Amino acid sequence: MERIILVGNGMVGYKFCEKLISHPNRDQFDILVFGEENRPAYDRVHLSEYFTLESPDELLMAPRDWYADNGITLRTSEMILSVDTENKKVVTHKNESFEYDHLVIATGSSPFIPTIKGSEKEGIFIYRTIEDLEAIQTYSDKLKAKGRYQSAVLGGGLLGLEAANASKELGMTTHVIEFAGKLMPRQLDQAASDLLQSKIQSIGLKVHLGKNSKEIIGDGETEAIEFTDGTTLAVDMIIISAGIRPRDELARNSGIAVGERGGIVVNNRMETSVPGIYAIGEVALYNQNIYGLVAPGYEMAAVALDQIAGGTKLMSPSIDMSTQLKLVGTEVASFGDPFVESEDAIAIRYENKQRGVYKRINISKDGSRLLGGILVGDSSDYNTLFQLYINGMKLPENAEDLILGQRGAGSKSLLGSVLDLPDTAQICSCEAVSKGAICDAIKSGCCQDLKGVIKHTKASTSCGGCKPMVVDIVKETLKSLGKEVKETICEHFEYSRQELFDLVKLNNTTGYDEALDTFGKGHGCEICKPVMASIFASIFMETANKQVAIQDSNDRFLANIQRNGTYSVVPRVAGGEITPEKLVVLGQVAKKFDLYTKITGGQRIDLFGAQLHELPMIWKELIDAGFESGHAYGKSLRTVKSCVGSTWCRFGLHDSVSFAIRIEERYKGLRSPHKLKGGVSGCIRECAEARGKDFGVIAVEGGWNLYVCGNGGANPKHAILLASQLDDDTCIKYLDRFLIYYIRTAGPLVRTAPWLEKLEGGIEYLKKVVVEDCLGMAAEFEAEMDGLVERYACEWKEAIEDPETLKRFKPFVNTEETDEELVFVPLREQKMPRPW
Amino acid sequence: MEELVNLYQTVQATEVLSWVSVGSVSDFPENAGACIKHKSRQIAVYHFTRTNKWYACQNLCPHKMEMVLSRGLSGDAAGIPKLACPIHKKTFSLEDGSNLNGEEYSIATYPVKIENGIVYIGFAD
Ligand code: SRM
Ligand SMILES: Cc1cc2nc3c(=O)[nH]c(=O)nc-3n(C[C@H](O)[C@H](O)[C@H](O)COP(=O)(O)OP(=O)(O)OC[C@H]3O[C@@H](n4cnc5c(N)ncnc54)[C@H](O)[C@@H]3O)c2cc1C
Ligand code: SF4
Ligand code: FES
Repeated sequence: MERIILVGNGMVGYKFCEKLISHPNRDQFDILVFGEENRPAYDRVHLSEYFTLESPDELLMAPRDWYADNGITLRTSEMILSVDTENKKVVTHKNESFEYDHLVIATGSSPFIPTIKGSEKEGIFIYRTIEDLEAIQTYSDKLKAKGRYQSAVLGGGLLGLEAANASKELGMTTHVIEFAGKLMPRQLDQAASDLLQSKIQSIGLKVHLGKNSKEIIGDGETEAIEFTDGTTLAVDMIIISAGIRPRDELARNSGIAVGERGGIVVNNRMETSVPGIYAIGEVALYNQNIYGLVAPGYEMAAVALDQIAGGTKLMSPSIDMSTQLKLVGTEVASFGDPFVESEDAIAIRYENKQRGVYKRINISKDGSRLLGGILVGDSSDYNTLFQLYINGMKLPENAEDLILGQRGAGSKSLLGSVLDLPDTAQICSCEAVSKGAICDAIKSGCCQDLKGVIKHTKASTSCGGCKPMVVDIVKETLKSLGKEVKETICEHFEYSRQELFDLVKLNNTTGYDEALDTFGKGHGCEICKPVMASIFASIFMETANKQVAIQDSNDRFLANIQRNGTYSVVPRVAGGEITPEKLVVLGQVAKKFDLYTKITGGQRIDLFGAQLHELPMIWKELIDAGFESGHAYGKSLRTVKSCVGSTWCRFGLHDSVSFAIRIEERYKGLRSPHKLKGGVSGCIRECAEARGKDFGVIAVEGGWNLYVCGNGGANPKHAILLASQLDDDTCIKYLDRFLIYYIRTAGPLVRTAPWLEKLEGGIEYLKKVVVEDCLGMAAEFEAEMDGLVERYACEWKEAIEDPETLKRFKPFVNTEETDEELVFVPLREQKMPRPW
Repeated sequence: MEELVNLYQTVQATEVLSWVSVGSVSDFPENAGACIKHKSRQIAVYHFTRTNKWYACQNLCPHKMEMVLSRGLSGDAAGIPKLACPIHKKTFSLEDGSNLNGEEYSIATYPVKIENGIVYIGFAD
């Protein structure tokens, strides 16, 4: 047994372990890993997600047990101080020594701190480890509590921008300070930087270019930065992101050769100057360069392991540094040589300031090869361009098509088919997965689908940038084998939602069990049950009380489950209009059942904290007072928001409240693939935010303008004009057609906005279907909607009138007791669940 | 909190010391969950009609320590009967309580038997 000692349990060190355990010669080696950090290796690439994760453990590359389970001895919180190269021993900071046969150094790098006067002050941070992020969060919370909000990031490179975005998300007013005259100076040209600058300024970051920091000012704490040009900027904290320095101390202490500007010198076998000692990852100086990306590090790990195990694998002679910027709300990518403009190269640029897009490609003079390029604002072509570049593929006749898109009829993918790529084409550079490996995984019968391929090859599991291409290759390969590729909803039904919709309709299937028997298998699951429930509801307008067992749990109890397992109650308040009498009832009910009360963002009132057994009692009182279910729990129509309109507003053109109520009353209870929201505004001032909804109606001179497919949420989209100057009835008619068409064709949990994005032909085609009736189905759509409207019933009214249904709200089958585990804590004059 | 978690330990059919009657078959929904209370324990009971099998497990979701599992959806993953917590949809095997999302926490399961239309749950104390 030979002993490998690995110093550094970061991303690359971890990859070395992962590759070792699946190596055919695994049994020859015994491995001992030292990591200075207190936790096992985690995913630094997704470090910024730390702020949104429930636990930092979610970032771990593998849980601690994984090491032991695979025979790896992992010692965290232990630092190696030196190597006795003569006696083949490493020495820890506790002065213990351990012998090795092969030593692998993967100590990574640390942020470079430029010498600036005052940089020892409080409030100065770096951005590399979980602890750094914890410290940043704590300090910014402290600042915010004191009303101080100014934060600066020194460095406008890839990492600096990522840190700046994180600082902004923490609620700080964030300044990016860059020494060069442009952002991401190593990846972007001036035009690209200008565009990126305007984009990130529009999301609230402040950019200062060409600024050289001289001193950090403040009395113990950071208060301002002074620049060499004499100006100052008041800031309360600073994150330094001015590049990286390899952590080569260990080598320096032990007589292992390092480069002039740092980094452990390695050859193409990853060997250092001392035989038997290897360096990999960000600490390694290969071809006189340090590579601050995971992909080259992973390749180094593979090479070092192969060499140790007696193989002959060598590191690629040139390393690709193509990158895509994550997170900053705009797409940026650069690949190959982004700048070349030599004798033998030509740059083609495309810029559209209005759309905020800049694209540049550098091609060889004869137009045959792609040398590099830059994409800002729209990097959807990145994968294709990157493949053309990295594989040195021949370019199409008109190279400008690569960034302008093929104009004219019959446009095809620029690459032809993904299957035209050479087998050696590297698709996932992080995990070094080639196109051939993906195809073989399927052809050999080893994997049947995308999920299997990802699990087997690990493609797209690291940064995820290559996912679209992996999807395409899997699809095309399956197709080439004559296997149909379908978007099936889950393992129980091998159909898409649209196909299931048609199957239920054609077979007149009336229940879930029957559907499982005739075109499904197994017992079903939490994915297909709600999808089928939604389909049954959309076809037969059955309420959630009919097939209770397949309802998503909110629909089963006709209320939204909240943090502590209690429920919220939201009665319908159509158009947001409510009489004083009804308002009083809501107050009385809330008081009687001690419910936390809040006005929602949807112009109605939410009563929180109801226990399961209280729901029917609460609803009995509400229904007696004339309320109905608000379907806040369902994938169905929520609200149609209105502004006060011409009845009171001095600018109002038409009566938006009456129209909103009419629309909400018509579509209430309508189940759909995802929730549906509408809005009606009385003039273009748009106080109802109608264009942020799935359908929005806005009063204009001569009628209503109808907009569709808007969305709030994580990816806000304004609704797009479908038809203008409509009278009330035509508007409703178009809405009927639009809604039924959406309900029939959308995938599960796809809102109207993403649905339209995928709809072939886009809004123009939708106009043809809805306005011009190109499918000849308008009458059918309208009749279908009429039928659904006619069959509407309030499901809460049904529930409280049926003793059988009431059993559902009993907390325990075997006793009348209620749940005593519930704990509430006071909140202002109300209450809330105990915190998690 | 730890006390609450320790209250729930998987019981194998062979370890049962007392079979507690918790209601008749018709008191329980088909292919969905319901909850019973025995002393200080809350137990979720699931009846799968396609195989006519019964399963019982703790009602406490170990993810955020909420008493909710009986209100989740049930089904199977590659033949393993499972339930999905209604709060964040973490899934657990009803056969052995293991976490089907690959996370560390799991749930305790209990044996169920049906005699003369009555549902019994087995406890080891
Ligand atoms: C109560 C309310 C917040 C409030 O206190 O104001 C709310 C609460 C919830 N929203 Fe919302 N949303 C509320 C208005 C909104 C709005 C504003 C609006 O409707 O004008 C939006 C943005 C508009 C939009 O939907 O496009 C909104 C976008 C979302 C999203 C993101 C949807 C998307 O397509 O990206 C989710 C997540 C989802 O549905 O997957 C969500 C989900 C949720 C859930 C259901 C999360 C959950 O599963 O528990 C919350 C349930 C609370 C409850 O049980 O009542 N909520 N939510 C609002 C209820 C409105 C109502 O009267 O029905
Ligand atoms: C915020 C952020 C975002 C990033 N985004 C991307 C991206 O999008 N794409 C990309 O390709 N790359 C990205 N990177 C870079 C990527 O994370 C690194 O290239 C990668 O982590 C390098 O791995 P490594 O193992 O060489 O170093 P590290 O992951 O830093 O691991 C080295 C480990 O060794 C330990 N160590 C050091 N000295 C000793 C010692 N003497 N004894 C014991 N242990 C020691 C360190 O504490 C550390 O845990 C990002 C980095 C950061 C910080
Ligand atoms: S934004 Fe909506 S989903 Fe998010 S916390 Fe607020 S209410 Fe809940
Ligand atoms: S509380 Fe059950 S999954 Fe989160």
